[in-house]
Amino acid sequence: MGTENVLVRMDGICKEFPGVKALDNVDFTLRHGEIHAVCGENGAGKSTLIKVLTGVEHNESGKIYLDGVAISPKTPMEAPALGISTVYQEVNLCPNLSVAENIFIGREPIRNGKIDWKEVNKRSEIALAKLNLKLDVSGRLDEYSVAIQQMVAIARALDISAKVLVLDEPTSSLNKIEVANLFRIMRKLKSEGMGIIFITHFLEQVYEISDQITILRNGQLVGQFETAKLDRLQLIAKMIGKDLAEFEKTIKEDVRDAGAAANEDAFYQARNLGQQGSINPFDIKIGKGEVMGLAGLLGSGRTESARVIFGIDEPDSGETEVDNKKVEIKTPADAIRLGFAFCSENRKTEGIVANLTIRENIILALQGKRGMGAYLSHKEQEEIAEKYVKLLNIITPSIEQLVGNLSGGNQQKVLLARWLATEAELLILDEPTRGIDIGAKAEVQKLVLQLAADGKAVLLISSELDEMVRCCSRMAVYKDKQKIGELKGAEISEINVMKTIAGGQK
Amino acid sequence: MKNLQINSKFVPLLITIGLFLALFAAGSVSYEGFFSMQVVLNLLVDNAFLIIVGLSQALVIILGGIDLSCGALIALSSMVAAYSLSHLNLHPALAVLAVLIVCSAFGFVQGWLITYRKFQPFIATLCGMFVARGLCFMINQDTVPITDPFFVTMATTRIKLIPGAAISTSVIIALVIVALYIYIAHFTKFGRAVYAIGGNEQSARLMGLPVDRTKVLAYTLSGFTSGLAGIVFCFYMLSAYGLNAMALEMDAIAAAVIGGTLMTGGVGFVIGSVFGVMIEGIMQTLITFQGDLNSWWTRIAVAFLLCVFIVVQRVLVLKREAKKRIRPVEFIA
Amino acid sequence: MESRKKMDKRLIDNQLFWPLFALAVLLVFDFFYLKGFFQIEIVEGHLYGSLIDIVNRATPLMFMSIGMTLVIASGGIDISVGSVLAISGAITAIMIGGDLVFVDGVQHHVAHYPMAVAILVALVAAVVGGLWNGLLIAKLGVNAMVGTLILLVAGRGIAQLIVDGNVITVYYEPFFYIGSGFFLGLPFSIYLVAAFLALIMWLVKKTAFGLFLEALGSNRVSSRFTGLNVQKIMWACYAISGLCAGIAGIIVASEVKSADANNAGLFIELDAILSVVLGGNSMAGGRFSVIGSVIGALVVQTLTTTIYAVGVPPEVTMVVKALVVIVIYLIQSQMGMKTLKTPAASAGEGALKAGEAKS
Repeated sequence: MGTENVLVRMDGICKEFPGVKALDNVDFTLRHGEIHAVCGENGAGKSTLIKVLTGVEHNESGKIYLDGVAISPKTPMEAPALGISTVYQEVNLCPNLSVAENIFIGREPIRNGKIDWKEVNKRSEIALAKLNLKLDVSGRLDEYSVAIQQMVAIARALDISAKVLVLDEPTSSLNKIEVANLFRIMRKLKSEGMGIIFITHFLEQVYEISDQITILRNGQLVGQFETAKLDRLQLIAKMIGKDLAEFEKTIKEDVRDAGAAANEDAFYQARNLGQQGSINPFDIKIGKGEVMGLAGLLGSGRTESARVIFGIDEPDSGETEVDNKKVEIKTPADAIRLGFAFCSENRKTEGIVANLTIRENIILALQGKRGMGAYLSHKEQEEIAEKYVKLLNIITPSIEQLVGNLSGGNQQKVLLARWLATEAELLILDEPTRGIDIGAKAEVQKLVLQLAADGKAVLLISSELDEMVRCCSRMAVYKDKQKIGELKGAEISEINVMKTIAGGQK
Repeated sequence: MKNLQINSKFVPLLITIGLFLALFAAGSVSYEGFFSMQVVLNLLVDNAFLIIVGLSQALVIILGGIDLSCGALIALSSMVAAYSLSHLNLHPALAVLAVLIVCSAFGFVQGWLITYRKFQPFIATLCGMFVARGLCFMINQDTVPITDPFFVTMATTRIKLIPGAAISTSVIIALVIVALYIYIAHFTKFGRAVYAIGGNEQSARLMGLPVDRTKVLAYTLSGFTSGLAGIVFCFYMLSAYGLNAMALEMDAIAAAVIGGTLMTGGVGFVIGSVFGVMIEGIMQTLITFQGDLNSWWTRIAVAFLLCVFIVVQRVLVLKREAKKRIRPVEFIA
Repeated sequence: MESRKKMDKRLIDNQLFWPLFALAVLLVFDFFYLKGFFQIEIVEGHLYGSLIDIVNRATPLMFMSIGMTLVIASGGIDISVGSVLAISGAITAIMIGGDLVFVDGVQHHVAHYPMAVAILVALVAAVVGGLWNGLLIAKLGVNAMVGTLILLVAGRGIAQLIVDGNVITVYYEPFFYIGSGFFLGLPFSIYLVAAFLALIMWLVKKTAFGLFLEALGSNRVSSRFTGLNVQKIMWACYAISGLCAGIAGIIVASEVKSADANNAGLFIELDAILSVVLGGNSMAGGRFSVIGSVIGALVVQTLTTTIYAVGVPPEVTMVVKALVVIVIYLIQSQMGMKTLKTPAASAGEGALKAGEAKS
């Protein structure tokens, strides 16, 4: 732990965006052979810190040292050349090129004035073998799963002889096995002396893999800690800067209420619903006043089920009933007409309309339901928007603010407001708390329970099992594109879900 | 499995070549004198300049852009060449040089506006097209004949391949440029960067590729190539006029699309444009052989073909998306 | 409340400021350099003058720019409008034509088919053209440039087919009123534009169409998931664009009293797109202003007229047009960059740079 072991040192980094101090005098130290988690709520400055290190943004003051030498990467191209490589959550490779090309583009070996494709392929295979992977490197990148694409990105980073590997939320879209694989490789690289910076929202992963934790809040350094010496509650408390225990308590009480309120009065019922290739036929029943959970690993079919239920993907089998009447749902518009609502897990691409104002975003679904002719007057629109901004505690100077300018948590609330405004009877919430800060998370969870208490049917999907356990009164468990079981009431616990998944037959 | 995958990359190209052969076969069966080497070679002779701009158009489309200025630049090229030769009495080599410099400069400015001033490629090259056409008329409003001996020689020389089948020098030039473009697109860092940018510009940037430089260079190359096409056009027409090569950019885009280049960027082969042009040419020939059809049927036929290709491509893409198959991977312990 | 109103106003100002500024600059130039530019005379109860002339000549372009605005707002583009214009003109001309008859010894030209029928058929054909574009783009998801390229290429061929390769002259006098008649002192076509603009503004502001269109242009997937009928809206945009081109075709045919399948509306799609850009609209879709585009069309026409009047060879128009567009685009993007540099926006930009690393 001597200073000679220091790989990266960032001293007094400041970065200001107009009106916002994104980084205020932040220090950061990464050692050789260390996995270093950077934690913080949204707006803490994690991303900005990484961007400064990787040359995407430029710090106004402060110094960066790599192996004791002062550096100041000016562009995202300079950092890799210095030995700092980054792998982002959304894989930043070119889907249209081959795997091999993605590893070598920009650095292709040239022979006789031509790119030596044989060499490119050969060396790519070697690079991937280092990550214990064997695949057809001449295949197009987008023919492989996201996890593999991420591995390819890492292979590329390593091949540029990275000293520092930055993994920016690499696990968000990976399933358990893929995460385990990634961690195995991270440990291997660590043992080879590489320094790894790891950013994630998953606290469990922080504890599983990291040696050190740096916590940021509102652009300021809270502190750097040894992972083994910082327990979870302390970590959370430091991240949000307040005591979380109270939140937990209120939520737990609400659960019991909601659980009691749940009854068998089915609002939605489907038999044999499925779509070939995406989800095997399943039965499901969602009652008024209950929170039904869809549990399972990523890619298990939980999101796919939601999409089929909401008519985004047209089902090719099964029948559905709403309020005991047979219905056909082929498009989202059909579903909305029947009182459904759907908050997608991809908030930015499938949820909000960033260029429209909060007001317009909130009334959009309601107006869509009313149709083109029955246009809400400006005053009605304002009233609705103001009502939900207040109700959901959306923090904004004005309802005429563009939604793209809001924080993730507030965007999520706008999205929820959009559906609440339609007075939906069935709310399908896919990862409503992903990527938002802990405070907003608790509020959203509370809202979910409140909705059920008000007699709405809620279908909840979350990759955070504890959240599911806390909120759901019943739970369908998915595995390998198939519903494999259902849990209810007292059966619902993290261990039972995992047991179901582990024991469920394909 | 492996072979199948690699083949799927070439399917659009193979379809295009297959269609060309089918059209040729249909013509051969229907019309006497159609089945001859010269008919095929004439496709090259008559469309050499279109083949050349088809290549650069394909590359720009693969980049994720578009170049609407190529037709106007051909007109400007011929005008600059004619003016340099007849008014300035420049040596033909200097005239050619002047053409290439002017066109490259055009391409460069367009590329600069697109890359550094965030112009839409469509808008920037549209402006380029207007400026180029306007400049033609500012130089001369009438048709200017080109009488320079070098140009005339180039225009009239025929190289016999086999008895009864000859090609012009333009065809040689075009074929050299085809080879050059295949090399650029598939065997140089620049070419691969073009594909990468067309696939995902942000990623290309983050992977450290010289995105800006590549974009400017691609548009400059497109301008330069249009200049080359313009010179070949002079060899073909031996005259210059501001309205020459009208709407040629549309033919070039059509050629690229028929050749299997996706308008969304990142996917395609420059060689496809050659067959795209050949298909456009053979339809023209078919209609000429038919005799009693008006020439505007060619436009409708090209449009029809364009339509079929676009729709088929689109349906294929949709199908692929629908049954998105994830390729197997082996984990070695 | 007050601050919000102010913000609304600033938004409108932002969007319309530059097109109006450009128009003003041109008019000021004309005022100083062209004698009698602002002079308006009354001849036989009709108003004459350069200003009236500009507005009158701009009417086809104004129609096209209205349709183009909607298409561009939806995230698309329609480069087939010139061809549709040619088709519509060809149909009108060939159906009206004009047969010479003698009534009571006086020469008269009568239409082959009633004028209303001819116009209706032309407009239906234009809308069908638009729907065809919609089929490719909205239904099949073809790239808009490529989709409309088909009709651009085919359209002139079809127009040629209709007129059998000839320039068709129209002799039927009542038809001329559309393009060159006067009503209450002003050119009749101005009323047509005004009425159509009012209709579109009603559609955009008083129904949810405008909101849906902006949502769709900004984020198509979200719009679909919100229950908007994305296809129908896009289809409507292309149909309206076709209709606009159709009306423009009739006006042009009436103005020049003939239909020339080769040259009618040549390059007008480019002028229409320029008008939209000059109107301060983003080519990327989303937020739009129809009024801005109409002003943009006026700028384009004023520019053309000015160049003619200054005595520069007409071909130079193209060069100047292009250069002006480049300059205005540059200024707009410069201003856009500055005004957009709010903290959140630049943070968003940063996020974009990092490939949307955070979800």
